[in-house]
Parts: sequence; C-alpha cells; structure tokens
Amino acid sequence: MNAPVVIAEDLGRDYEVGGGMFSRPQTVRAVAGASFTLAPGKTLAIVGESGCGKSTLARMITLIEEPTSGRLTIDGIEATPDRWAELRTHVQIVFQDPYGSLNLRQRVGAILEEPLKINRRDMSAKERQEKAREMMRLVGLREEHYDRYPHMFSGGQRQRIAVARALMLEPKLLVLDEPVSALDLSIQSQILNLLIDLQERLQLAYLFISHDLSVVKHIADDVVVMYLGRPVEAGPKDEVFAAPRHPYTKALLSATPSADPALRKQRIKLQGELPSPLAVPPGCPFAPRCWKTQEKCRAERPWLEGEPHPAACFFPEN
Amino acid sequence: MADASSQIARTVPTRRPGRLSEFWRYFRENRGAVMGLYVFAVFAFVAVFADLIAPYDPTAQFRQHVLQPPFWQAGGSWQFPLGTDPLGRDMLSRLIHGARFSFFVGIVVVVVAATGGVIMGLLAGFAPKWLDTLIMRLMDIILAFPTLLLALVLVAILGPSLINAMIAIALVLQPHYVRLTRASVINERTKDYVTSAKVAGAGLPRLMFVTVLPNCLAPIIVQAALSFSTAILDAAALGFLGMGAQPPTPEWGTMLAEAREFILRAWWVVTFPGLAILVTVLAINLMGDGLRDALDPKLKRS
Repeated sequence: MNAPVVIAEDLGRDYEVGGGMFSRPQTVRAVAGASFTLAPGKTLAIVGESGCGKSTLARMITLIEEPTSGRLTIDGIEATPDRWAELRTHVQIVFQDPYGSLNLRQRVGAILEEPLKINRRDMSAKERQEKAREMMRLVGLREEHYDRYPHMFSGGQRQRIAVARALMLEPKLLVLDEPVSALDLSIQSQILNLLIDLQERLQLAYLFISHDLSVVKHIADDVVVMYLGRPVEAGPKDEVFAAPRHPYTKALLSATPSADPALRKQRIKLQGELPSPLAVPPGCPFAPRCWKTQEKCRAERPWLEGEPHPAACFFPEN
Repeated sequence: MADASSQIARTVPTRRPGRLSEFWRYFRENRGAVMGLYVFAVFAFVAVFADLIAPYDPTAQFRQHVLQPPFWQAGGSWQFPLGTDPLGRDMLSRLIHGARFSFFVGIVVVVVAATGGVIMGLLAGFAPKWLDTLIMRLMDIILAFPTLLLALVLVAILGPSLINAMIAIALVLQPHYVRLTRASVINERTKDYVTSAKVAGAGLPRLMFVTVLPNCLAPIIVQAALSFSTAILDAAALGFLGMGAQPPTPEWGTMLAEAREFILRAWWVVTFPGLAILVTVLAINLMGDGLRDALDPKLKRS
C-alpha cells in the first residue's frame, strides 16, 4: 500500500468565545481527538450532524486554521503554519455552496487559472489557458464556457467549476465539504460519479464530509462518525454500515430514509438535544440522549477502542 | 460527458447580454435617472468644450454694458443672452466656464476621496482589530464635525484657494468611503470564494484588491456619483464664503458671493449661478439614485 497522504493524530481545535469587557472568555472545543490516516485513491468520510465539528476539521486539514493540539502530517511533511505555503498545492477544497464559492466577478477561465497564476509563476499565459481548458474537459464543462461568468451556470455546473479549480494544482488530497448537499438529487449523482471517476484517474485521496449517509455509502472507503467534536466510531465503510458499534451510529443509520417499509419501523428516535459545546458533560457526550446510559457513562469518558473497529462506548453493540 | 444538452447548445448559439447592456436595461427603467444622465452629459460636454462654446472670455469686461439684463427683458440684447454682471462680464460665458471648475472639483474630490477611502476601508476590513479600531475611530471623529465647518477650518489653515478647498472637501468626504468599503469587505471576507482564494495561496494584497474589492464596488460607485454633487455644492459654499475659488475665477459659488449686493437691483446675477448649481446637483443626484437601483442586486427583478 502507498504511503498515506494525510496522517492526523489527535487533532483538536479550541475557540475562545465571548470574553467581552466584563466576562472571561469561554473555551469551545470544536474538535478534539481526531485521528485518522488516508491513503491515495481512497475516500474517508466524516459523518455527523450539524455542529459536530466536521467543517472545522475540514478547515484544519485544508490549512486554513491551525489546530490547537495534535499533529497533522500531509504527504510526509508535518504541517505547521510556517510550512503551509509549500503544502498549499497538495490540499485543495470544494465547498458546499457552489453559489458562494466562486468569485462572481471572474470569468470561468480566470477562476480556473488563478491558482496557477499564484503558484506557478513560470507558466506562460498560454500554458495556463491550455491547462484550464483541459481541466474543463475533464470535469465535463464545454469549451465555450471558458469566457462565461459563474452566474450563467446552474448549481451542478458551478460545482463542476469548483472541482476543476480545486484540481488545477494537481493536489493529492481533496477535501470535499458537503459537496453535494446543496444540489438537486439528480445532479448529486452526476457530481458524485464525476468525483469517483476523477479519483480513479488521478489517484486522489478524498476527505468527504457529509451528513447524508446514503451518499457516504456510495462513495466512501472508510468512515469516521463524529459527535460533538469527537470521533465516536471509525472503521471501514462496510463494517460500520453493517454492524455499527456505537449507539449514535446506530441511531444515525436508522434515520436514513429507506424504501423498505419493514425496515422503517426500526427507526431509533433520539431524545433530547445536542448538549451545548460550551458545557460538555463530563462523561460520554452522548450519554444524555442514549438509551443504554448507565452510571458509568455519566462519570467517565469512553475512548475510541475495541474490535473489530474502534468505537467510543462502554457498552457497544455486538 | 458530451450528452444531448451540449448538442442543443451548439446548434443554438446563445448570445447572452453583457453586463453593460444589462445595467442599461435596469438604469433605463428610472426616468429621472435617465434625465439626470442627459443633463450630466450636457454639463460634462460644456465643461470640456467651454473655450469653444463660450461667446466671450469669462474675464473680459464690457464697461458700457454693466448690469445689462437678459435678452427678454427691457434693455437686454442678444449680444449678452443672460445679461452681464456688475463689471460688465458676460454671464453666459462665466457660467459655461464655471461648469468647467465645478466638473474639475467634482472629479478631483471624488477621485482623491474614493481612492483614499477605499484603501483605508480595505485595510480596516482586513487589519487586526486594533488597527481597525484606530482607523474607524479616526473616521468617526471626522464625521462628528459638521462637514462644511471642518472644511472651512481646513481651508483657513491651508489658505483660501480652489485647490485647498478641494483637499479639504476630499478629506471631509473620505470617511463615508471608508465606512462603506469596510462594511462590504467584512461582509465579503467570510464568503467561501475568499477562503477558496486563500486555499489557492493568494497573499493579502491579492485577496484585498483582486478578490474582494471588485465585489464591493457597487455601493462605492453609487457613493462616488452622489458625492460628486456634494463636492460641487461644498465647493460652491466655500466659494460663497470666500474660502474657495478667488475672484475673478468664474466659479459658481464665488459668482454668487460677488453678486450678493445686487440681488435686488439685478436678479439675474445671483439667480443664474444658483440655478446652475441646483440643476447640476439635482441631475447628479437623480443619476446616482438610478445607479444605485441598477447596481444593487437586491433590487433586481429577474
């Protein structure tokens, strides 16, 4: 197997909030203890509900935000802020909203060539243009789109432009921050197939962030389930989907819409709300909503461990 | 992925309207704005070709025709269509040359104020908090003064002349640009396309001027159009108070001031410069309103 593109070890990110003139700032742990490795040509999916730290994790991997703890290694180089500049070209990101992620004042050609203009100073304008046109063909855009503005495109086409832009620097890792959640169902599958196709051709590693489990099932090799900033279960997709060990994963999976009415009855309805990240309970963060909670869950925090794949639960399923 | 849709598109060449024609379509809906634009165009034309249009030199004195009324009044003649002033100078020629000064004031003040203001606003929007606070409080202090009073003080320090008046007015108008730019920058900065440029490796200057600034331009253009008229008005006011252009410069405000004492005897010497200021400022304001409507995407009906 190839050397991993990304190794994340115990990554964490804290934010200080509040802290006006008269109050002390409080610390929010947006992400804590995130560890994973990702090999070229593979897809790692990060799954979780809104506000669980998925996007913060994405921003850390994309070198936009500095982790407050842990180590991040990209392509064998430890990513500290002073080396961000040289690692920039290895990691690129595709955002959720294709309406906000493209500069409306730039033509498609300029959007695609901007990364080259900044990072490949030696490239001539003609080479850049050629490369941009080639990339447009690769993502299924037409030649004549080169001179158009983003507002002339549909959501799916814009997302193709965003993917093309991300690929211009030939990155090894593509962070996909909910790349299809803002699109129509029919367009979603087009973009997903494009992504799978590109991955095979270019041996890209994907960090795929999503809350949509059916999409994850389609595209991922490995899955990390996050809850309140912490991974609660990690493992190969098939294992996690077939035999979830953490109750939260189980609840999440049962909430996926299914065409089989017999399966629908087994849906687990979670009680309560996500606890505030400002006041995380001392024990298992899922304890207030879990149906298997015992005394131990409220007192101690379970660690990500166990077989066949790790889960952070004292009383895992099967 | 050459599917059916690409073939359809190839057979029907779609010519999409450019941004300029789209802008014109929205602008045209506002009648007042279009009229303002026409008046402004005439004003600009007169300003540029003043030497060719004006029948006389603006400072030439015709001593035998002192305070001659306009042509339609008894005693008036076509020789001086809008009459003459107390020194026998042709009003029409002076007004035409005055347009040149007003235009000059408007352009210079707007360019100076907008350039300075936009750069400061961009800086404030991107700067660390302390620098942002410093810039904005400074602008608040300037805004706290009545504009004309502050301009007056500045001119009093610098010495009365048209150039100094323009510097003073530009300084007074600048905070509006700073605030406007900073507000748009802060709004734009959090958007994904800016992050995307950051991920592509764009440095701070590139982020500021290439990525963010073009997306903040619409309100700034409107502000520029509107402060063009403010600049003309302030320059006229300073001229009237004797702190702007000095006689015998045919600046509209200065002309008003010079003719003040003849207001009862010869109405035309004060009325025409005043009307010129009124019409020009009104036209520019109407045009600015139309610009705002056409450039603001929130008001666009698709």
